This record gives sequence, structure tokens and C-alpha cells, in this order.
Amino acid sequence: MLVKSKESKGDRIFRIVNFILLTLFFLAVLYPILYVVSASFSSAEAVISGKVFLWPVGFTLKGYQTILQHHGVWTGYANSIFYAGVGTSINVVFTILAAYPLSRKSFRFRNFFMFVLTFTMIFSGGLIPTYLLVTKLFHHTRWALLIPGALSVYNVIITRTFFQNSIPEEILESAQLDGCNDFQFVWRIVLPLSKSIIAVITLFYVVGHWNEYFSAMLYLKDTKLYPLQLVLRQILVENQTDESMFTDIENMIEKQNLQELLKYALMIVSSIPVLIIYPFVQKHFVKGVMVGSLKG
Amino acid sequence: MNQHIVPFSQGSKKKQLYLNKIFMSFKSSWQLYVMFLLPLMYILIFKYYPMLGTQIAFKDYKLSKGIWGSEWVGLDHFLRFFKSYQFNRVVFNTLRLSLYAIIAGFPLPIILAISLNYTRKKTYKKLVQMVTYMPHFISVVVMVGIILQFLNPRYGMVNALIVALGGQGIDFMGKPGLFGSVYVWSGVWQNLGYGSIIYLAALAGVSPELHEAAIMDGASLIKRIRHIDIPGIMPTAIILLIMRMGHILDVGFQKILLLQNPMNLRTSETIATYVYKVGLQAGRPDFGYATAIGLSKSVISLVILILVNRFAKRYSETSLW
Repeated sequence: MLVKSKESKGDRIFRIVNFILLTLFFLAVLYPILYVVSASFSSAEAVISGKVFLWPVGFTLKGYQTILQHHGVWTGYANSIFYAGVGTSINVVFTILAAYPLSRKSFRFRNFFMFVLTFTMIFSGGLIPTYLLVTKLFHHTRWALLIPGALSVYNVIITRTFFQNSIPEEILESAQLDGCNDFQFVWRIVLPLSKSIIAVITLFYVVGHWNEYFSAMLYLKDTKLYPLQLVLRQILVENQTDESMFTDIENMIEKQNLQELLKYALMIVSSIPVLIIYPFVQKHFVKGVMVGSLKG
Repeated sequence: MNQHIVPFSQGSKKKQLYLNKIFMSFKSSWQLYVMFLLPLMYILIFKYYPMLGTQIAFKDYKLSKGIWGSEWVGLDHFLRFFKSYQFNRVVFNTLRLSLYAIIAGFPLPIILAISLNYTRKKTYKKLVQMVTYMPHFISVVVMVGIILQFLNPRYGMVNALIVALGGQGIDFMGKPGLFGSVYVWSGVWQNLGYGSIIYLAALAGVSPELHEAAIMDGASLIKRIRHIDIPGIMPTAIILLIMRMGHILDVGFQKILLLQNPMNLRTSETIATYVYKVGLQAGRPDFGYATAIGLSKSVISLVILILVNRFAKRYSETSLW
């Protein structure tokens, strides 16, 4: 406890103030999350009359039960899983194909190509020309959500930086001496050594696809192809719920109340997949972001 | 190497050598080029081709004639935008929301990062990080859903709280004057923790020797933060600030679009949402006009980015390029 006794009075005050400040940040972020969770398990009446404060009041699963009966939510879920799965696979392959050559000194013009890529981060053709191109190529099919976003330049940069910093030149040299070509080198050496960065970009892409609503809104016409977020938009933002969900309820007010409860349950149900992956990748992404951003 | 023909002059010999070198590098690492082909095609088709498509900003776009066949109209669309009554409104709203977001959102992640950095309890630190990063992963739609539920004038949680404290309920989404605050502070809530990661990384990069020396000299924690940590994270902060300034004209488009309603349109209509409405949502979409507005925005952003970067280079020796 030598360190502690050395601490001056001012420092001790600082530590206390710091702890209070941190706790304030913590509670300010935590409370709304906790409220949404509690409200989703509370009775509709308790939520609407403002009785829910911290814990669920009048515990019920009615909100969740109502979701079970909703077709749109289920097809949305299935579609989102499809877009996230297939889309992310394309993303990860493209990102590695771009990042690996750019990380190699023997790749001539790599600075030029880096510029070609990064320039698109600060200047773009804009909404309308992109829209015209994508509708022309993909005609409102699922491809419109998979191909136009195949690559994020930001992710290419952090992946490239990771390759540069964590795959020593010596490994490459000795592999080349053993007659290993670049394809084999990527497959056998680079990928196994880069699990953490791949986990990070995978998470970024999965979350991106899962949360995407705008391109779906632009490019899809058939409601059968709608991802979950587009279904959510109708219910959460535009306040449109399908009447058939509440068939067993006669009372108007009760219907409205249930609709509010349903929204809280939907927020939870739609965020669950991301929240499940999140803790597993969290430690990786802190590292990934650090590597990618600091030395980039 | 047998292609070496007797050179005519020094210049062409140099050129020959250079071409040879390129040829050799293609030969020895052609696989790298093959790998890069697919991503490059993607970038050219989906990023650069639309840039060529912006020519419709100068054209009278007709679906039947396509992008290349439509007739040129010069700066007509631009002049129409600059003269329209919407011009001042959307530009002012965009700048106001963006500056508000920067001023409110910039210092807090830095404070959080420093605060986390000086917390001795490791488990508490991890817990705070875990919880504060989480909202970043909530989708825009759900985020807007939460905002609308919380601020609902009849049974929203925030209004219930205000009433419980003896105040009067506020119709947040119906008051144009409050739109900016709703937009900005919900954004701060969502991105505070995540934004602090990069500063934590920067703080971890500050040389421990500086701190040791300062401790030997009897510097207090506050002094160490002021004279060691803050200067240490300054380059990161400046880079981030430059980037934000470059995007000053594109505020969170998707979120604003979802938060908008007829009552708050006066303060919530921004350049990007206006482009969307004119170009894609309107009964008779005006592609040329919408593209012209979008293009003006991109060009102004690029100019701002270059200027801010030059300014930063001159006064702080930190810059993007």
C-alpha cells in the first residue's frame, strides 16, 4: 500500500470526483437501456401510466406473444439473417482481397491505389447517380442489398494496417523461400494470424447489414424481401401495425396500449442478435480499432 | 533481361529500365494484382462510375435518353437551387445541426476516456466500457423508435419524469425549436462510449516515462492530465475534428429522415433529406435538380476539408495529408 500513502490530498479528491463522474456517465447510458428492457416485460397499463421506473411492473410476456403472431417480423428476421450472412461473407472476402495486396511493399502503385480507395471516403457520386446505377443493374432484387456495399474502405484500411503491423516480413520471406506463393501465403499464414481483425471487420459488417434500412427502402419493392429494419420502421416510426395482430382484442384502448408495449418488445427482439455477438467480439474490436486507427 | 537493346540516350535508357522493373514486379507478384482485381472493379463501378453520373446535374435528365444521352442545360439546376426559398433554410439547418453535434459530441468522449484511464478498479472500468459501447450497435430505426417512445407527449418516460418532478409535459417532436437538441443529445448518448475507444488507445500510447518523470517531480494527477495526457491525445483529436469538418454538410441523414414530421420540418429539413425528397420521394422525381443539390454539397464539403486541413497543418502540425 505504499503507492496509496504517497497520494496527495488533491489526488485523492481527484480520484473521488473521477469516480463520481464515471458513475454518472455509466448511469446515464445504462438507465434508458434498463428502462426499455423493463418496459417490454411490464403490463401495458403500467407502462402507459408511467409506473415503470426501474424494474418491470406487472410482469407479462404479452408484448413478445404479440410479436410471435406477426408475419412481417418473422419474414423480416429471416431476410435480415440472409442479408447479414451472405452480405458479410462477400464483404470479408473483398476486404481481405483488397487489404492484403495493399499491405505489401512489392505491390507497385499501392500508394496510388490507396488514394483511389480513400478518395471515395471524402467524395462520392451522391444519392441519385448511385440509385440510378443500382436499380439499373439489380432491378429491385436481393442483389441490390448485397453487392453495392461489398466493401467498406474504412475496414480495408484497418485490415491493411493490421497486416502491415502484425505479419512480420521475415515470415513472408521464409515462406517464399519454401516456394509458397501469395495465394497460399494468405490462406495458410495471414488468415490464421489475423483472427482478431477478421472478427472485428466481420462484426462491423454484420452489424451494418443487420441495421441497414435505407438501401432496403430505396431498392426493394416486394415486401417479401424486406429486412427486419424496414418492418420495424413501419411499426416503430410510422405507427402502422397490422390490424390482424390484435384480432382477439375488442377494446380500442386495450389495442392501443398493447401497441405501445409491442414496440418495447420489438426493440429488444430486433437487437438480440447483435447483443449476443457483441460480448464475444468486444475485446477484439477494441484492439482492432486501436491498431487500425493509431498507426493508419 | 535480354530485352536490353542499346539505348539511344540516357532518357530512354532510364525509361527502359523503369519499364523493365515494372514488368519484373508484375511477373514476380502477379498474384497480388489478381487478388486486387475484384475489389478494384467494385470501386470503379460502384464508387467512380456514379461520380461520372453526376453529369446529370448539368443535364435535363430524361429516363428514355439515359445519363449520357440527355441534353445539357448548363448551370440551370444549380441556379434554381441557389434562388429557391428552400436554399437558406436547408443550408442553415444543416450547418446548425452539424455544428451543434460537433460542439456537444466532441469533448465528452475525451472526458470519458480520461476518466476511464484513471479508474483503478479494473472490473468497474470493464463494466462501464461494456455498457457505454453498447448503444452504438443499436440500429437507427430502433434508436428513433426509442426516442419517439421516450418523448411521447402522453406516456413517454421523459414526460412522466418531468411531470413527476412537478413540471409540465412537453411535446418534443412537435416543437421545431427542440429538434436540434433531440437529435444531438440522443446521438451523444448513443456514441459517447464508442467514441472514447480511440482516445483510450491514444492515451495508452502516451509514453509512460513522461508520467514517471512527472511523478518524480511531484506533479498532481490533474497536472499530469493537463500537461501530458491532453497534449498526447491532441493529434488524434485534431484528425477526428478535421474529418468531422469534412462531413459538416452531411449530418446523420437516415436518423433525421426518420425523426422528421410535418411539425418540425422547419428546423429538420437538411440538404441530404431535401435531395432525397426532391429526387426519390416526389411524385415526379427531378433527378437532375436533386443531383445538382447533392453535388454542390459534396464540392463544398471537399473544399471545407481541404481548408481545415491546411489550417490545421499550419497551426498544429497535424493534418490528414
